[in-house]
Amino acid sequence: MLKIENLHAGIEEKEILKGINLEIKAGEVHAIMGPNGSGKSTLASVLAGRDQFEVTEGSVSFMGKDLLDMAPEERAREGMFLAFQYPVEIPGVSTTNFIKTAVNETRKHRGEEPLDAVSFLKLMKEKMKLVQIDQALLSRSLNEGFSGGEKKRNEIFQMAMLEPKLAILDETDSGLDIDALRIVANGVNQYRNSENAFLLVTHYQRLLDYIVPDYVHVLYNGRIVRSGTKELALELEAKGYDFIKNEVDAISQD
Amino acid sequence: MSNLIHTRLEENFRASNPAQGPLSDFSARSWADFQTYGIPPVKHEEWKYARVSALFRDDLQLPISIPAVTAADIDAHRLPGHETATELVFINGHFVPSLSTIRHAETDLMIAPLSEAAAGADAAFIAANLGHSAAYHPDGIQALNGAFAGAGVFIRARRGKQIEQPVYIYLISDSRTGFIFSQPRSLVHVEAGAALQIAEHYITLGGQESFTNEVFELVAEQNALVDYYKIQHEGSTANHVGTTHIRQTGKCVTNAVTISLSGALVRNNLNMIMESEHGESHMYGLSLLNGKTLVDNHTIVDNVKPHCFSNELYKAIMDEESTGVFNGKIFVRKDAQKTNAYQSNKNILVGERSAANTKPQLEIFADDVKCSHGCTIGRLDEESLFYLRARGLSEQNARSLLLHAFAVDILDKIKWEPLRQHVDALISERLQFEI
Ligand SMILES: Nc1ncnc2c1ncn2[C@@H]1O[C@H](COP(=O)(O)OP(=O)(O)OP(=O)(O)O)[C@@H](O)[C@H]1O
Ligand SMILES: [Mg+2]
Repeated sequence: MLKIENLHAGIEEKEILKGINLEIKAGEVHAIMGPNGSGKSTLASVLAGRDQFEVTEGSVSFMGKDLLDMAPEERAREGMFLAFQYPVEIPGVSTTNFIKTAVNETRKHRGEEPLDAVSFLKLMKEKMKLVQIDQALLSRSLNEGFSGGEKKRNEIFQMAMLEPKLAILDETDSGLDIDALRIVANGVNQYRNSENAFLLVTHYQRLLDYIVPDYVHVLYNGRIVRSGTKELALELEAKGYDFIKNEVDAISQD
Repeated sequence: MSNLIHTRLEENFRASNPAQGPLSDFSARSWADFQTYGIPPVKHEEWKYARVSALFRDDLQLPISIPAVTAADIDAHRLPGHETATELVFINGHFVPSLSTIRHAETDLMIAPLSEAAAGADAAFIAANLGHSAAYHPDGIQALNGAFAGAGVFIRARRGKQIEQPVYIYLISDSRTGFIFSQPRSLVHVEAGAALQIAEHYITLGGQESFTNEVFELVAEQNALVDYYKIQHEGSTANHVGTTHIRQTGKCVTNAVTISLSGALVRNNLNMIMESEHGESHMYGLSLLNGKTLVDNHTIVDNVKPHCFSNELYKAIMDEESTGVFNGKIFVRKDAQKTNAYQSNKNILVGERSAANTKPQLEIFADDVKCSHGCTIGRLDEESLFYLRARGLSEQNARSLLLHAFAVDILDKIKWEPLRQHVDALISERLQFEI
């Protein structure tokens, strides 16, 4: 589904991603962990198409197409979804304001008829129940005055509405209380199937208790320095990143 | 201004203002002021963006007679809800009763040509209030309108009447035969306890240039409630200079919303004169500009008496090569203690060659007041754009959604729902939101 090869990207003169290789197949859940500032959000942003970052080398294919060639909205319509680590606040625009347009532009892209008001409302209701989000929240200015947890839950609601093929969740677990974490994880698990895939960026093993990943990768200094199964996350939780950092730094000094 | 145009103005003035009659003194004084001040030159501090002197060209046509405009010509321009509203029509600066329809009861609203009203029961009121705005605009363009005030309209909302249906004023310039000059004049008296909504709507017939020089004065008494709307959507060849002068002579609430969607050179003066304690005024503006349109909003809040509250929010979106100007003056006189005056001006530049100029001017002579002002000039927020596009919205739709969101809090200040919907539709159409 997604194939990243030797991806280098940065901002101005600064290289942040220094040769990322990663393949995600349909039905898989991958987790990316790594110390602060290692490049996890940058990777997510580059995949979603934020043009602030410049790709200097490498390639990414998504569903067999050249991802880097597409505008952000095309990527979204092709089935890529990014739940932002820091969702923006947009005064005057509510979720209900734009999600219908988002859904219908995506449907149009796929050659489907736009949803009429009745079917759209039905879809909304269903997904609201899934992530236990309140109508009132969706009618308010986007993220303005939302609590940290409400912002994250709203991201997952939108994911559920858009039914992406690949969902990248950038620290969606941060700032969630235990109940909200369970609700979000539950939403992901119900939606998870053999046709779609997830890339979870997280700092906490806790999330992976709820959403069990097939693979865990460690991103450090712009590279994936270690990949393994969910046991790797447990090891990191116990030992911290130092043992990996030391190993990597030792090698790069040779 | 050339001698030619000056001579023609003078001829026009002599012809339209008989030496006798209730307004002849006022007109004569205004004409004398016009002679003294002249048209503001480009170097005039208050007129450096709105270069109005350039409009007094030799091909400017003065309205000699009222052209043959029919009700059908107006039909395409009527505001929604007109079926139950009072519709007053000006053609080339002349109030035309035969094209106007008064749908309010005579017991609620008194409407008459200004020259007639000045000879009747309202004579004393008119003598005391007509031209009150002149002191705030010592310039020839304001005075020139006064010289032709006899063609205007007088409106009185009667004491205690809660008037639900609005008064729509259509100010029509018939430019089908050339570059026409119109000078409408209105004086409105909202008596104690009355509530009134007025919307002014500017229309240019024909594709040639037009130039409207308007003065609208309103006096609101104790416990009055006034909602005033000014809607400019005339097309790119319409020039406009207008003064809206609202005077609170009793404790009351007045709201003004100025919407500018098109035009060539547009200058809106809005004055709120707070002459009574505990008065409350709100002033809102929205400009959505493209092409080479220039809209210059000059506002004045004059706090004469203590304990008044005023709130001002002007927003503007400039596309293409358009220019937005905002100048906000707040005067707090020595006696006006405990004044609360807020002012904010927010601009989004969309066009690469668009511009915004903003200048707050606070002159405070009392020591116990709360005044604040702020302004922003920026581009659309890239983060927000990316967020919406990452959810699948086209760049165009994301932009238009964000711009609409920027505009919406001003739109919501239009309390007359048919009018709000109308303006919202115009804005949405301009922003080209599509699915
Ligand atoms: N717009 C930017 N301008 C300059 N530097 C940036 C920019 N965005 C990211 N960086 C830098 O790139 C590096 C990687 O940042 P990124 O946000 O990808 O880290 P992260 O792994 O997501 O960290 P965290 O766990 O704290 O979220 C950091 O050093 C960061 O300061
Ligand atoms: Mg991050």
